[in-house]
Amino acid sequence: MKILVCISHVPDTTAKIAFVDNNKSYNKEGQQFIIGPNEELALTRAIDIKEAKGGNITALTVGSAEVEPTLRKALAMGADDAIRVNMDPKDAFNVSKQIAEVAKANQYDVILTGREAIDYNGGQVGEMIAEWLIYPSVSGVNDMDLEPGKAILKREIDGGYEKIECDFPLIITGQKGIAAEPKIPAMRGIMMARKKPLIVVEPVQSDNATEVLEHSLPASKASCKMVSADDMNELVRLLHEEAKVI
Amino acid sequence: MSVLVYTENWDGQFKKLSFELISYASEVAKSYNTNVVALSIGNVDEAELSKLSQYGADKVLNLSNAAYTEFNAEYYAKAISEAAKSEHAQVTIFANNITTRAIAPRVTIKLDAGMVSGCVAAPESIEPFVVSKKAFSGKAFARVKINKDNKVLSLNQNAFGIKENVKAANIVSFECALETSKAKVVEVSKNSGKMSVLDAEILVSGGRGLKKPENFKLLEEASDILGSVATVACTKPVADLEWRPHSEHVGQTGKVVAPNLYIAVGISGAIQHLAGITSSKVIVAINTDKDAPIFEASDYGVVGDALEVMPKLNEALKAFKANS
Ligand SMILES: Cc1cc2nc3c(=O)[nH]c(=O)nc-3n(C[C@H](O)[C@H](O)[C@H](O)COP(=O)(O)OP(=O)(O)OC[C@H]3O[C@@H](n4cnc5c(N)ncnc54)[C@H](O)[C@@H]3O)c2cc1C
Ligand SMILES: Nc1ncnc2c1ncn2[C@@H]1O[C@H](COP(=O)(O)O)[C@@H](O)[C@H]1O
Repeated sequence: MKILVCISHVPDTTAKIAFVDNNKSYNKEGQQFIIGPNEELALTRAIDIKEAKGGNITALTVGSAEVEPTLRKALAMGADDAIRVNMDPKDAFNVSKQIAEVAKANQYDVILTGREAIDYNGGQVGEMIAEWLIYPSVSGVNDMDLEPGKAILKREIDGGYEKIECDFPLIITGQKGIAAEPKIPAMRGIMMARKKPLIVVEPVQSDNATEVLEHSLPASKASCKMVSADDMNELVRLLHEEAKVI
Repeated sequence: MSVLVYTENWDGQFKKLSFELISYASEVAKSYNTNVVALSIGNVDEAELSKLSQYGADKVLNLSNAAYTEFNAEYYAKAISEAAKSEHAQVTIFANNITTRAIAPRVTIKLDAGMVSGCVAAPESIEPFVVSKKAFSGKAFARVKINKDNKVLSLNQNAFGIKENVKAANIVSFECALETSKAKVVEVSKNSGKMSVLDAEILVSGGRGLKKPENFKLLEEASDILGSVATVACTKPVADLEWRPHSEHVGQTGKVVAPNLYIAVGISGAIQHLAGITSSKVIVAINTDKDAPIFEASDYGVVGDALEVMPKLNEALKAFKANS
């Protein structure tokens, strides 16, 4: 089983969000960057499956040299090798195109991405790769098993779940539930990661379909209107007449 | 030229967000001085389809081929992109939810388009095409420019609202040839047909402040009084303690919800919980601690013991429902 896991390099979930250069760019100063939480869980599950059934896992990030510590962490968790596409990722159209090109050259059985990256919450890259490659895809997966030649998956749907089977090759976008907790690299893994291959490839020609012009922070919420605990009729009245939500 | 909207239904009824999408598309179409075309896939009857014209649809394409009754990302993406091509849609609009996340990016590549997901307002200009979206899980907004002729947008629920705009319905059937997919649904499980916390319009949500699982009866009662659009949700510790199922857990590690009304009962308002609820239209907090952070995120607050306040609230809701 040849598995590719696409990893976004994103600010820690608890990071303070601030912007620089006229609010055009995210302020990276002093921020901790991590493996995107959705694909970290997908990677964890893939590693467990590989350790039980055999296979090879490649971790891939489209990014400049600053993303290499994130890829090294994926290697420390248990990926076998890593690829960095040397391009500043600005747009899903372009990023997915780059990943699809790597995939064409290497013929993976399974390509895993997260449901969304936690910086721009696009939720686009995985399904776009599927479309470039004309592969089937299953998105928002929260339970995954892989057998030689096929994937057995579950995903939540309105009021329940569905179980899906799909032959290789395919794209899976994973999310919470696909593994319980992300794997924490052991000391041995961290030592080994230094010796594992991390290949840098140059991007193919493609354009950014979108560009971020400017960021802003949400206005703070108007203050909370307090209602006496003895007057629930008043609360119901406000919800009906003022807020118009019931 | 046109603006195309993919309108989702649930068991033959349009989801409320479909009407919001049509309202949004009408606004976009106005800037282009063009028409709104809605595409419905699945079994939806004429009466239901014609509802779309109340919010601004000039034309409704109805794809009711039996093969499309089961959701499949590849088929749906193909049908939508073919509709976009035949209607010369410059902009194709989706809701931003789990289902459309599987199809909209595929449509984008098929149409050689640029996509912005999680839009929160109508485009501020169409030449250049600039639209605002949520970023950093709701902690910021980004203004994004699309550089391609074709545009795909997904709209966050409740970001625009439903606006009436009555048009004459022109419902036409639409066909699209099927290919076979390798992804096969082998089992489906639906528990009680209850709305998921993602779809419910009202969430009555409980935290550790409810003290024990039996007390969630008070929230279930409120949700029952409010009707089928309401359901119960909870915080992570509540799900971890197995007081409630994990499918109801809301927040950073659970579901990110956007109901019209979120009633937070005995919830402290930790940042990880707020990450899942800040897109709600209105938040009500009921908590014994007047300094609980949840009040800062709320529109209405009640300081009091949930076990005393909830029965009173339920009485008030019952009286309200009886009179409305
Ligand atoms: C990485 C990470 C991810 C997390 N993800 C999530 C997540 O997705 N969702 C989530 O919810 N949490 C998440 N958490 C946990 C989060 O930090 C909080 O611990 C949790 O949200 C608190 O839940 P709570 O409000 O139910 O309980 P508590 O924080 O214990 O709050 C209980 C509240 O009830 C009030 N109260 C007590 N008695 C009463 C009464 N009789 N009537 C009314 N009010 C009363 C108290 O004043 C208090 O404010 C995460 C934490 C981490 C570290
Ligand atoms: N620059 C990138 N390099 C590799 N994978 C990425 C990159 N950006 C996004 N992904 C993957 O695509 C998923 C969805 O990202 P997005 O469409 O940006 O929300 C993420 O969870 C990652 O798995």
